Amino acid sequence: MTATGGRRIGDVLLKVEDISLSFGGVRALSGVSFDIRKHEIRAIIGPNGAGKSSMLNVINGFYHPQKGKIIFKDIARTDIGPYDAASRGIARTFQNIALFRGMSTLDNIMTGRLLKMKRNLFWQALYWGPARREEMEHRAAAERIIDFLEIQSIRKVPVGRLPYGLQKRVELGRALAAEPELLLLDEPMAGMNVEEKEDMCRFILDVNDEFGTTIALIEHDMGVVMDISDRVVVLDYGKKIADGTPDEVRGNQAVIDAYLGVQH
Amino acid sequence: MLYREAGQFKTSYGDDQAIFPIRQDRIGVAIILLAAYLAIPLTASPYLFTSILIPFLIYALAAIGLNLLTGYCGQVSLGTGGFMAVGAYAAYNFAIRMPELNLLVVFLLAGGCAALVGVVFGIPSLRIKGFYLAVATLAAQFFMDWMFSRIKWFTNYTPSGSVNAPPLSLFGFAIDTPAERYYLILAIVTVMALAAKNLVRGRVGRSWMAIRDMDIAAEIIGIRPLRAKLSAFAVSSFYAGIAGALWAFLHLGSWEPLAFDINRSFTLLFMVIIGGLGSILGCFFGAAFILIVPLALNQIPTALGIPISTAMISHLEFMIFGALIVFFLIVEPHGLARLWALGKEKLRLWPFPH
Ligand SMILES: Nc1ncnc2c1ncn2[C@@H]1O[C@H](COP(=O)(O)OP(=O)(O)OP(=O)(O)O)[C@@H](O)[C@H]1O
Ligand SMILES: [Mg+2]
Repeated sequence: MTATGGRRIGDVLLKVEDISLSFGGVRALSGVSFDIRKHEIRAIIGPNGAGKSSMLNVINGFYHPQKGKIIFKDIARTDIGPYDAASRGIARTFQNIALFRGMSTLDNIMTGRLLKMKRNLFWQALYWGPARREEMEHRAAAERIIDFLEIQSIRKVPVGRLPYGLQKRVELGRALAAEPELLLLDEPMAGMNVEEKEDMCRFILDVNDEFGTTIALIEHDMGVVMDISDRVVVLDYGKKIADGTPDEVRGNQAVIDAYLGVQH
Repeated sequence: MLYREAGQFKTSYGDDQAIFPIRQDRIGVAIILLAAYLAIPLTASPYLFTSILIPFLIYALAAIGLNLLTGYCGQVSLGTGGFMAVGAYAAYNFAIRMPELNLLVVFLLAGGCAALVGVVFGIPSLRIKGFYLAVATLAAQFFMDWMFSRIKWFTNYTPSGSVNAPPLSLFGFAIDTPAERYYLILAIVTVMALAAKNLVRGRVGRSWMAIRDMDIAAEIIGIRPLRAKLSAFAVSSFYAGIAGALWAFLHLGSWEPLAFDINRSFTLLFMVIIGGLGSILGCFFGAAFILIVPLALNQIPTALGIPISTAMISHLEFMIFGALIVFFLIVEPHGLARLWALGKEKLRLWPFPH
């Protein structure tokens, strides 16, 4: 399944250079650099508290690193905001599901398309003509995602009432709705049973394959990581300790030590 | 078996996105509209118009405004009375200073002024939430109370501080009798309730709800909290402002700042909680409930021959509302509207239990 088959891995899409981030005294990231190429599935792994989620938060503009550069589609920035990141094609899911719990599955996914919708308040109050047409167009797009993720039957259910595994799937749907170029997934399979994990793997591979979406993925299940990723970057205590293909990383002594908790 | 959607196939997303996708609901709404526009005006007494129907409609409109902000966007506000006052006094000043303006334009301008003021007092919401925001909006309420009683320009230097609505007319027709006033209000409320429903089922509404449910995730999707929150304050205050203008011009006729004091804000908040946070229909339930309970408390004991003092009635009123608010906040935050929806759900399945 290591999927260099149909799709071609392209040029560098995103590059982070020498990123350092700290919270008060806690150093979450120190001098981390790596790149993500177009169409690849890039895994970020590491023990708990290694700084993986922080890295994703930096990439999509939610955390602001003290030092370093983020080069996305050839434009370098140190400090981006979430809005910039979203409007330039970065979408994500969260480690602890961050759905809009009071809204239905469909509305959550429609909200993911918000940046693509343009009609102003006045037209929407009328819900007529262009506003209505726009709504229908986006509804059709949302339905394609619902079909893709096989969640037709929960379309109208408020997501707060869904089981955990389905919520994760809806969250993926919401991120996909934005039609991102770069999709950041923070532990999309955490807390799932084997069957749900298999489904999620299939969706991730299909997204990558069918839409050509570039994916950065944090995951603790090594089997999954080795199976679906093209390259893996390993963080430990906020530092990059290895970077390469799954096979290279698997054999790396520093990685083995980090996972076995060898003293530094 | 009567309330069933079987056999009604939706053939387009448009059908599915309709406000009332089920045929029986559409029939129900048609009946209510017919009653509101034809049956009631033909049969209602002036008392019914002035003491129940007119305040009911205006309360519902103001409650919709508050619900957009609190129920949909999650920003608690205790300033609705203040925003209504802005609408009332703005309408008054436009009407007396530019008498040639069409009455509807006056109302629109009043709403616009309230929207501007709402945006200004909404700015703290970018930094503070929940209880602290409620306190900040309370400041808006007190500021308005102060401004309209102390700055005499707003009341056109009337010695008593109380002002009178000018004689009203629309397109050359005088609006005078209770039935005429009722019709004007009903038309405005119908249009604005529909517009509110349209807003909440589209992009703007989703951006509000996203901010309410999870502001961090909303931001990462590309929703700008500044825009979402301030637009909610603007639209909400626009509704409150128009409701205030209607209350002053068509319900009270003459009024002083006390008409829009903090009690008004609390009453509206209660309506929204009892009717249902995040429901436009609930605003009508809430408004009806708050108007009907005191009347029922007045009528029923006397009808049954139970001696009860007026003081007791007002105590009972407080106790009932207090208990209901606690109940709804804890057990059913979506209020009467949710109970209504559950009832319909049961009916849809009846007579089978599941
Ligand atoms: N907002 C924050 N404020 C303070 N400290 C933070 C914050 N976010 C992360 N940290 C700290 O930064 C470090 C890295 O955290 P991060 O969440 O990135 O780890 P992680 O690799 O995702 O771990 P896990 O596998 O447990 O999710 C931790 O020590 C954490 O406590
Ligand atoms: Mg994490």
